Amino acid sequence: MVWGISVFKLSIPFIIFFIGLSGIFLNRRNIIILLMSVELMLLSINFGFILFSVYLDDIVGQIFSLLVLTVAAAESAIGLAILVIYYRVRKTISIESIRLMKG
Amino acid sequence: MYLLIVFIPLVTSLVSGLGGRFIGKLGSQVLTSLGVLMSATLSSVAFYEVGICGSPCYVEFLPWISSDMLRVYWGFQFDSLTVVMLVVVTYVSTLVHLYSIGYMSEDPHIPRFMSYLSLFTFFMLMLVTGDNLVQLFFGWEGVGVCSYLLISFWYTRIQANKAALKAMVMNRVGDFGLSLGIFASFYVFKSLDYATIFSLAPYYVDFQIPFLYWSFGSLNLIGILLFVGAVGKSAQLGLHTWLPDAMEGPTPVSALIHAATMVTAGVFLISRCSPLYEYAPKALLVVTIIGGTTAFFAATTGLVQNDLKRVIAYSTCSQLGYMIFACGLSGYSIGMFHLMNHAFFKALLFLSAGSVIHALADEQDMRKMGGMLNIVPLTYTMMLIGSMSLMGFPFLTGFYSKDVILEFSFAKYTIDSSFVFWLGVISAFFTAFYSFRLIYLTFFGEPNSIRSVVSKSHDAPVIMALPLMLLCLGSVFVGYIFRDLIIGLGTDFWGSALYVSPHNSAHIDSEFIPHMVKLMPVCLSVLGALASLYVYEKLALEIGSLYKTAIWLSVYKFLNGRWLFDSVYNYFVAEKLMSFGYHISFKTLDKGIIEFMGPSGLISLISTWSIRVSRLNTGYLYHSAFLMMLGAVIVLGVTRVCQMESDIAYVKLAFVQVICGLFYLGSVGRDSIKLI
Repeated sequence: MVWGISVFKLSIPFIIFFIGLSGIFLNRRNIIILLMSVELMLLSINFGFILFSVYLDDIVGQIFSLLVLTVAAAESAIGLAILVIYYRVRKTISIESIRLMKG
Repeated sequence: MYLLIVFIPLVTSLVSGLGGRFIGKLGSQVLTSLGVLMSATLSSVAFYEVGICGSPCYVEFLPWISSDMLRVYWGFQFDSLTVVMLVVVTYVSTLVHLYSIGYMSEDPHIPRFMSYLSLFTFFMLMLVTGDNLVQLFFGWEGVGVCSYLLISFWYTRIQANKAALKAMVMNRVGDFGLSLGIFASFYVFKSLDYATIFSLAPYYVDFQIPFLYWSFGSLNLIGILLFVGAVGKSAQLGLHTWLPDAMEGPTPVSALIHAATMVTAGVFLISRCSPLYEYAPKALLVVTIIGGTTAFFAATTGLVQNDLKRVIAYSTCSQLGYMIFACGLSGYSIGMFHLMNHAFFKALLFLSAGSVIHALADEQDMRKMGGMLNIVPLTYTMMLIGSMSLMGFPFLTGFYSKDVILEFSFAKYTIDSSFVFWLGVISAFFTAFYSFRLIYLTFFGEPNSIRSVVSKSHDAPVIMALPLMLLCLGSVFVGYIFRDLIIGLGTDFWGSALYVSPHNSAHIDSEFIPHMVKLMPVCLSVLGALASLYVYEKLALEIGSLYKTAIWLSVYKFLNGRWLFDSVYNYFVAEKLMSFGYHISFKTLDKGIIEFMGPSGLISLISTWSIRVSRLNTGYLYHSAFLMMLGAVIVLGVTRVCQMESDIAYVKLAFVQVICGLFYLGSVGRDSIKLI
């Protein structure tokens, strides 16, 4: 019983995480979508934290998810700021054009 | 005294070679000549004491190698065989030294030359005086090295260098056989001393040496392997090609190599090992056949050579063939006697040839000589005596040994002895023919040389004439004087130095062969000489036109090309080995497999793989992200998967891995970027 529930509940953040991840991989055009995918991943992490917090009956998970929210907000703010500056310089936000370093 | 014989030439050689700058040209000439002269005087004493008074002498000098069973001493053994060689070597060497003073007077490297000559003598003396096979090998290699140094004495000439290399390499082939023989005798007898080996030989007649799937009779094997060494050194058929080329050195060197030292070492080796060979009938058979064919081969080849020295070189080859087959028929004493006589008349021939060449400003081609009779009468006399001695003219030195060899081979009444007897008789005819051809072309007929050269040419100066005259005395009288001592019936001269088993001996039989047979070689020789004179006096033009017909031309080419041995060797051996060396061992192995597996392969491996790995960093963000995740998955997978036991973990990991794979395929497919 526990087995089935945990699989089902854990699958949701897991799937969301992978959707975010695939957003990072598969998206080739747009940095905004990239940032959105990162947000999605952070969201799924938060989801997981809260899930475990409830499941394990431990408050630390929820506190941690609050902190993650804060960090995510700050991070996306900085990310968007960088994006804006980048757009000013390059007149594009395509990821494929960000290729200044090669091995 | 006995050690002085050997070591005086070494000392004078070292002084003259290392200190030639200080003692000067004259100093080195006088010093080395006096050195070998002293050595010669002492060897005469040794000959008297050991040979005539019959008191062999053994000197154990210094320990050399001592390792488990192998004990080798620097030991010296002076028995009859050694003293005969000592006398021959030191006397001829002394005369060659003297002669060189005159012949090489214009050369800028006299101290070096005299030093090499003395060193050569020293090594030859080491060779003949050693009491074990290792010391023999020391001398054996030493004379090889000295022959190399002397043949390429004029090292600025490419031909001289090539000839010297050839001599060295061909000798090395033989020396390899010799060293195998030495190993084999150590394997069988557990000793390398002559005394031990020879006293044990009868007990090892049935001893077999197993090798792979075969087993060889030990004595036959050792005998044949030692004979391979003798073949190389004595220029017998198969390894003879170096000898004619060795003519590139100065003429006194040829005299030394061909008359007294070097080539005689092969005959000496077989005679020295006579107690071994007597129990090795198959080895003796090989020795006989090779010797007989060499005599015949060289005699026919000598017929049509145009180089003055080369003709004499082939006669050396031929005479060595006589000696070898005499040894092969167990007539060791006769072989040694012929060696001794041959040393005198061959040295005489070579030095006379040197005199002619000297008179004609280093012209060696007989076709450009002729009519030298009135210009160099002394040399002509010397050469005539030498040649008649060589062809076995009655009452000259060669007669006493050569005819005995032929009689002896007739008297054996075996198949191989009859074979070599007939080859020897035919060779005797050819020998006389080419000897007189040489004399005719050089001294008679019309002068063919350049006027400016002929007008300035003169007979040998005193310092060159003196050795000639002394050798001439030797060529006339040595055979007569020493005949009874050395090969007389029942002579006790040899003592225990030579051993001939009773059923191999034909000494008595040879006294009772038909007179026709006894006379035949002499008659054929005289006939050959007369035929030669007749042909070149009367039929020279007809001979010229004869060569225009195809069959005679091919015969001429065959003989003049020395039975095409060189071509065959070059084509089938030298070229193949060279191309093997270049293509297989150099290009395929050294530059190929070893370098590929080794340094260059490692370098290219690392650089290509580092390029490939660094190409993973394509610069695209999503590739980096993918690699990050892939790395995370691998780390997690590796670190955790072993510890996880629940099926959930497997399911999750499998899911992650499938997703990753899909991403990978997707990214590769879409960009067609080759990550790896």
